Amino acid sequence: MNANLSSDRPAPVAVLPLEVDSLVKHFGQVIGVDGISLKLQSGECLGLLGPNGAGKSTLIRAIAGRVIPDAGRIEVFGAAAGSAAARAALGWVPQELALYPRLTAAENLRAFGSYYGLAGKKLEDAVAWSLDWAALQDRASALTRNLSGGMKRRLNMAAGLIHQPRLVLMDEPTVGVDPQSRNRIFEMIEALRAKGMTIIYTTHYMEEAERLCDRIAIVDHGRIIALDTKEALVHSAFASRSQVLARLEGPEAQVTAWVTERGGRLVEGTAQFTIEHPNEIASLLDGANAAGLELVDLSLRRPNLESVFLHLTGRELRD
Amino acid sequence: MIFPIVRTAMVALRRDRVSLVLSFVVPIAFFSIFAVIFGGQHDSVSKIKVVVVDQDQSRASQKLVQGLVSDGSLVVNTKPAPTKDQPAPFNYTAETAEAAVKAGDVSVALIVPHGFGDHPFSFGGKSTNESGPAIELLNDASDMIAPQMVGGLLQKAAMTAMPEAMAEQGMKYTDQYIGGFTPEQRKLMEANLDQLRKIESKQAADGASPASSASGGGLIAVHNRSVVGENKKNPMVAFYAAAIGVMFLLFTASGSAGALLDEAESGALDRVLSSRISMTGLLAGKLVFNILLAFTQLTVMFLWAWSVFKLDFFSHIPGFIVMGLCTAFAVAAFGMLLASICHTRAQLGALSTLAILVMSAIGGSMFPRFLMPEAMQKAGLWTINAWAIDGFTKVFWRDLPVSALWPQVAVLLAIGIVLFAIARRIARRWEYA
Repeated sequence: MNANLSSDRPAPVAVLPLEVDSLVKHFGQVIGVDGISLKLQSGECLGLLGPNGAGKSTLIRAIAGRVIPDAGRIEVFGAAAGSAAARAALGWVPQELALYPRLTAAENLRAFGSYYGLAGKKLEDAVAWSLDWAALQDRASALTRNLSGGMKRRLNMAAGLIHQPRLVLMDEPTVGVDPQSRNRIFEMIEALRAKGMTIIYTTHYMEEAERLCDRIAIVDHGRIIALDTKEALVHSAFASRSQVLARLEGPEAQVTAWVTERGGRLVEGTAQFTIEHPNEIASLLDGANAAGLELVDLSLRRPNLESVFLHLTGRELRD
Repeated sequence: MIFPIVRTAMVALRRDRVSLVLSFVVPIAFFSIFAVIFGGQHDSVSKIKVVVVDQDQSRASQKLVQGLVSDGSLVVNTKPAPTKDQPAPFNYTAETAEAAVKAGDVSVALIVPHGFGDHPFSFGGKSTNESGPAIELLNDASDMIAPQMVGGLLQKAAMTAMPEAMAEQGMKYTDQYIGGFTPEQRKLMEANLDQLRKIESKQAADGASPASSASGGGLIAVHNRSVVGENKKNPMVAFYAAAIGVMFLLFTASGSAGALLDEAESGALDRVLSSRISMTGLLAGKLVFNILLAFTQLTVMFLWAWSVFKLDFFSHIPGFIVMGLCTAFAVAAFGMLLASICHTRAQLGALSTLAILVMSAIGGSMFPRFLMPEAMQKAGLWTINAWAIDGFTKVFWRDLPVSALWPQVAVLLAIGIVLFAIARRIARRWEYA
């Protein structure tokens, strides 16, 4: 009998870094999060891709324990969000530059490290590691308010990781930085990924999600409307189809009417068509010619996440 | 081109309604406070509290005391107010009267000595062999107005309340220096004295004040003695070090507590609260920092007063530490409360200016409370300034021991605890969304 009971017992399940179940949060009449559920595997980097106001930051803040959900459940390594255990396991890099401007880079790291209970040699080692990771060793003694925008961003990230958390929440860490600094930030995140750290990364830049994330959740109006790998998302939306981008010259009303008639979309003056086979391009060119429209530019591309977002929502990602 | 700038500035001001309201409320509040203190006090002039000890108990001394009691400018007491422990208190003695002045319970004490009634008048204000012993006027050197007023009113009371005693003494001097009156003259004088006594009795029965019938001074000998601050090198320095110090402590504390608003705006507060630090821990940490800041500021202020204005600082270290820490705690909690109420630095600036200047005006940081009308003195007890200044005055002026500071310590600690508890409650808005 005991043997039977033992055989019926389920195999031990590893505690997930993050489990969100039916999360709802409204701010008055405004929907923040509207029934989001997701699970994160250990060592995974999940991208939350969506336009501003989609609910990404609210979700992140709820996981960090800074927003009380109206409904639903969040567990961080099995502990309720906001609990001491969850807070210790989490590293949060907020969208804002949440730093003390009158403290130096090293003093900021020391302050936030001590808030997580680090002291003595552990704290100094953590500060040294963070400065090295953020490539700020030579600016350790510089006042934070005097650092460049990119350096502040990197310091902001380092402050969130000073206590070596097991799950990192990064809320649009590249907002407002130049391309060079952005690349440096990507390298920092890739270094974390190489260490096997579990990461949630929110962005409204498709290329960031494509480069850094294993899976991507497309968020819109407080909901996850698709969640998978980039390839799977594109495949589910477009299968083997490709996109034709054409710029046409002619009266605007005439261009719009023709694009609509051929089942395309006009996005910022560029007509977008989805085709099964490249030989359909010839038919499009003939059609444009017959409609009296002049073709200025034409390109063929594989659909990307932006195409998926447009396909799913009818809007551009940066709306 | 100027109009768009004006319009933009007006729209921005209109959006910050708290600042808008306060920018009008602050000057009106201030005007009203100072109007009450200096302008509209015709019916509520602060009466001077005087303790009178009549050791002589002669007819003359009793008349004098009666004259003082009937003066509308004075509140004359001959015995302490009844308490639960002492429902029927004994009359003041010279010792207890002096103690009352030292403790700051009354401004002035008058001791009418034995033998005063035998020769009440000195005709020149000085005690001589021929006149009786001088009345002793005990005062607090920090109050330069009360002894002057009481001295004058004492002479007035002598002139107006003791005509019969004056006439009697005149007769004695006539007997002594001129060879006396003839029996007829004496008979006539006695008859006139009787008439005077009847008039005095009638005035007493009618309750009429004899105050307005005559004027003059220097009739009776008065010996002024400062029982508080007589050996102080610079009488008002301790008062102003405390008064000005507390006012600026309040400004510093509210400004420093405003760091909370900066951190909330930058997101640093959110980040801190996502770590191991709780809201209570965060506020307590800020409170401790602000206490240390305020105490350091007070210490620097008093050391400056010691080095430049010769304040006797090092003889009063225990009292200074007790009062300094309690005051620092209360002002730090006050700053935390203001910061937790406000949403922006601009609001904090306006609200703290209003609250601190009003508290400082009422609480005696700008103008000594003992010179204010009674109602304003009572209103001052609702301010941190008044309790702090009273405490520091006890330490540096009255040289009272630390144990005598318990009322100020208790009130300041209670203020600090209550304000911090309210601040913690209001700070819940930062805890979660």
